[in-house]
Amino acid sequence: MPLLEIRNLRVEFDTAKGPFRALDGVDYTVDAGEVLAIVGESGSGKSVAMLAVMGLLPDSATITADKMEFEGRDLRTLSPKAHRKVIGKEISMIFQEPIASLNPCFTVGFQLGETLKTHMGLKGKQVRERVIELLTAVGIPDPEGRISAFPHQMSGGQCQRVMIAMAIACSPKLLIADEPTTALDVTIQKQILDLLVKLQQESGMGLIMITHDMGVVAETADRVIVQYKGRKMEEADVLSLFESPQNPYTKALLSALPENATGDRLPTVGDFAEAGGF
Amino acid sequence: MLSYALRRLVTAVPTLFVIITVAFFMMRLAPGGPFDSDRALPPEIEKNIAAAYDLDKPLFEQYLIYLGRILRGDFGPSLKIRDFSVGELIASGAPASMELGFSAILLALVIGVSLGTLAALRQNSGTDFSVMSVSMVGIAVPNFVMAPLLSLVLGVYLDLLPTSGWGSGELRYKVLPVIALALPQIAYVARLTRGSMVEVLHSNFVRTARAKGLPPRSVIGLHALRNALIPVITTIGLQVGVLLAGAILTETIFSWPGVGKWLVDSISRRDYFVVQGGLLLIAGIIMLVNLIVDVLYGLINPRIRHN
Amino acid sequence: MTNTSPAAKADTAKLEAESRNATKAQLAEFWYYFAQNKGAVVGLAVFVLLVLMAVFAPLIAPHNPDIQYRDSFLVPPVWEEGGKAAFLLGTDAVGRDILSRLIFGARFSLFIGVVVVTIALTGGIVLGLIAGYVRGAVDTFIMRVMDIILAFPSLLLALVLVAILGPGLINAMIAIALVLQPHFVRLTRAAVLSERSRDYVVAARVAGAGHLRLMFKTILPNCLAPLIVQATLSFSNAILDAAALGFLGMGAQPPTPEWGTMLAEAREFILRAWWVVTFPGLAILITVLAINLVGDGLRDALDPKLKRS
Repeated sequence: MPLLEIRNLRVEFDTAKGPFRALDGVDYTVDAGEVLAIVGESGSGKSVAMLAVMGLLPDSATITADKMEFEGRDLRTLSPKAHRKVIGKEISMIFQEPIASLNPCFTVGFQLGETLKTHMGLKGKQVRERVIELLTAVGIPDPEGRISAFPHQMSGGQCQRVMIAMAIACSPKLLIADEPTTALDVTIQKQILDLLVKLQQESGMGLIMITHDMGVVAETADRVIVQYKGRKMEEADVLSLFESPQNPYTKALLSALPENATGDRLPTVGDFAEAGGF
Repeated sequence: MLSYALRRLVTAVPTLFVIITVAFFMMRLAPGGPFDSDRALPPEIEKNIAAAYDLDKPLFEQYLIYLGRILRGDFGPSLKIRDFSVGELIASGAPASMELGFSAILLALVIGVSLGTLAALRQNSGTDFSVMSVSMVGIAVPNFVMAPLLSLVLGVYLDLLPTSGWGSGELRYKVLPVIALALPQIAYVARLTRGSMVEVLHSNFVRTARAKGLPPRSVIGLHALRNALIPVITTIGLQVGVLLAGAILTETIFSWPGVGKWLVDSISRRDYFVVQGGLLLIAGIIMLVNLIVDVLYGLINPRIRHN
Repeated sequence: MTNTSPAAKADTAKLEAESRNATKAQLAEFWYYFAQNKGAVVGLAVFVLLVLMAVFAPLIAPHNPDIQYRDSFLVPPVWEEGGKAAFLLGTDAVGRDILSRLIFGARFSLFIGVVVVTIALTGGIVLGLIAGYVRGAVDTFIMRVMDIILAFPSLLLALVLVAILGPGLINAMIAIALVLQPHFVRLTRAAVLSERSRDYVVAARVAGAGHLRLMFKTILPNCLAPLIVQATLSFSNAILDAAALGFLGMGAQPPTPEWGTMLAEAREFILRAWWVVTFPGLAILITVLAINLVGDGLRDALDPKLKRS
């Protein structure tokens, strides 16, 4: 049984200019222990699907799907309380802007401790011990000192490590990473990606990596879904995708990588648009 | 934090000094004197009275004498209410005024924040619209219009509450004046909270809190509210000034035995020392409140603490 | 650079036309955003009505506001028992028609608002420009004085000032204007500080613009948005404060039909005649509400951060 199974997901937003369809009938499947990458440019709807799963979309969004199941349980029919037991514990998510994603008024230790107290029922000293364990696992130096630090006192990379620590605190079965390295320095990007891959391999959890960077896909993914304007363009395992892309849009994306440049002029997606009709 | 507070107290001294000076000279500049409306007295007696209050000395000398007195904690005598010094007058009226003021602020914070949060949670709904409209009106209604109307409706027509005085301090005497004073503040706090909450509810860290599966009361009451209250707390300091002005009107209307009413009367009666003392008191309160607010702000917003 | 060949002249003409169109387009865009806020549009409509009422008061009002009808003291509004059709909203304690007094009172309120805001705006802008532009000791001194003024509740300061100058409408207006000024000084100074280091100011200076020109023609137009919003706020504050002063007997003196003064005269009759208090109060309320709504709409329309495309 797949870990996460979504069929024909449609998401529409109510905007001032009328309804906007962000996702138009997309399927997603993730198995335990698998790394799925969702690739696309801005506006392709790649984050929307995962936000819908987590229940983080605003009220103006209408979500319809034939299937939206986690470990066979229908996510849509869960009561809010039951949903909160799944979110943050069995499925967790990290976001793009690490410093902004942490509450500026509370210490790192407090915010980490919250997850542990809410989902694992830990108290007192147990919480502190586990927090230090987690901070060490994500590679933060001097974890005891960091517990009383505030987010604005740390760098972006360190904050992202804290976010990752919060996400793995309850040993989730599925971790969703929404552009986790986009806002970070290039050198830090590699460290964070390596950390994510390492944690995934150690725990055997499923990992969904949302990105616009084909380089990240190449480094981390087992399977890839390519999205454009809310529709799925192609789905393949990572080696096949890079070696023999089927869909013209995928071909366009890969050609636009500077590493693949052959002539004088770097091709753009628009060059392929007419031919591919997308 | 302590050194910051001390520094603020030290810099407050020159400001207070300026205020004392300005208050002193402003009152003396006003045409007419404190004894103008009394019966015309024989000139020798007038001279004696003037001498008793040092009013016959040159202005600058009077100023120095006054400064000397202040440093000894003596704010001078009341020129119109015999046998009472300014200090005693303030002491007798201050508790009532402070009770009024504190109750109003408390009410404003509790009700205002709750209403504002409610409106933010149901953004753009009927609840939101009605809370915002009512508070719009609440800010626009002048204090001195609403207070008599309120007492008319609640006090006379419905005969629920007494409309003036302090009784012997029973609760029901306090209800109308406190509500009348608090209503514009409630409205203001509600609007401010709503705006701030709406912004905070869309922030990244609230999204993270939700993604962690925290119960709504934690997400809203802890994560969101702590951040949303920051601008509310900072403006409380400003609002105290407005509150003081409103208190004067409220005390006049409800015959509340506080400091406000006789301050106004003393201005028109040229009771110099009372007015000077009153202005000094008000300035002192405002500065103290600003200091407390700044310290509170540092406590709530860790980003400020570490600069 | 300044040759006046026909080609150059045509260019200048084209530039001027373009600049006029740009201004028109800006105004149109501004109106589009402003009109989206229904409350602001309603407020504006009410305000325009008030202005019309004030301007045409002698034509609209059924009676002269100062005439006392000795046989009609405290007549209730026409829909109540004992009301008379001649006095739609009733009469006050000395037999004057309340409706007419309210209509003429609009003149005073608008007059107060305009005068106070003009004085406060002018003084505030000048002081703010000087403080922000010159900086140094002058800046510190001006801001310290403003801080001290701001430390006091506006009503109290106005009260003391009026005591010195003597009660009356003009003195009340001067006092209120002085007390509201620091807001404009602060706003202008803050805007000047943030604009003066911008490239377009440096460019103007390099091109040879003198100090005055820099202050008034280069920097000031870009600081207008918050000033306009504050001006609307101060307009309603001025009306409220003037009414409060009138209520305390320090503002417009009876028999002036200023709304606050009307309230002061009416207080003792509130039990016998609720209409004498309610209608002037409503007038103040509606006016202040309308202006606040317009101010909110202005702020939303002028704030670039909120511009939705």
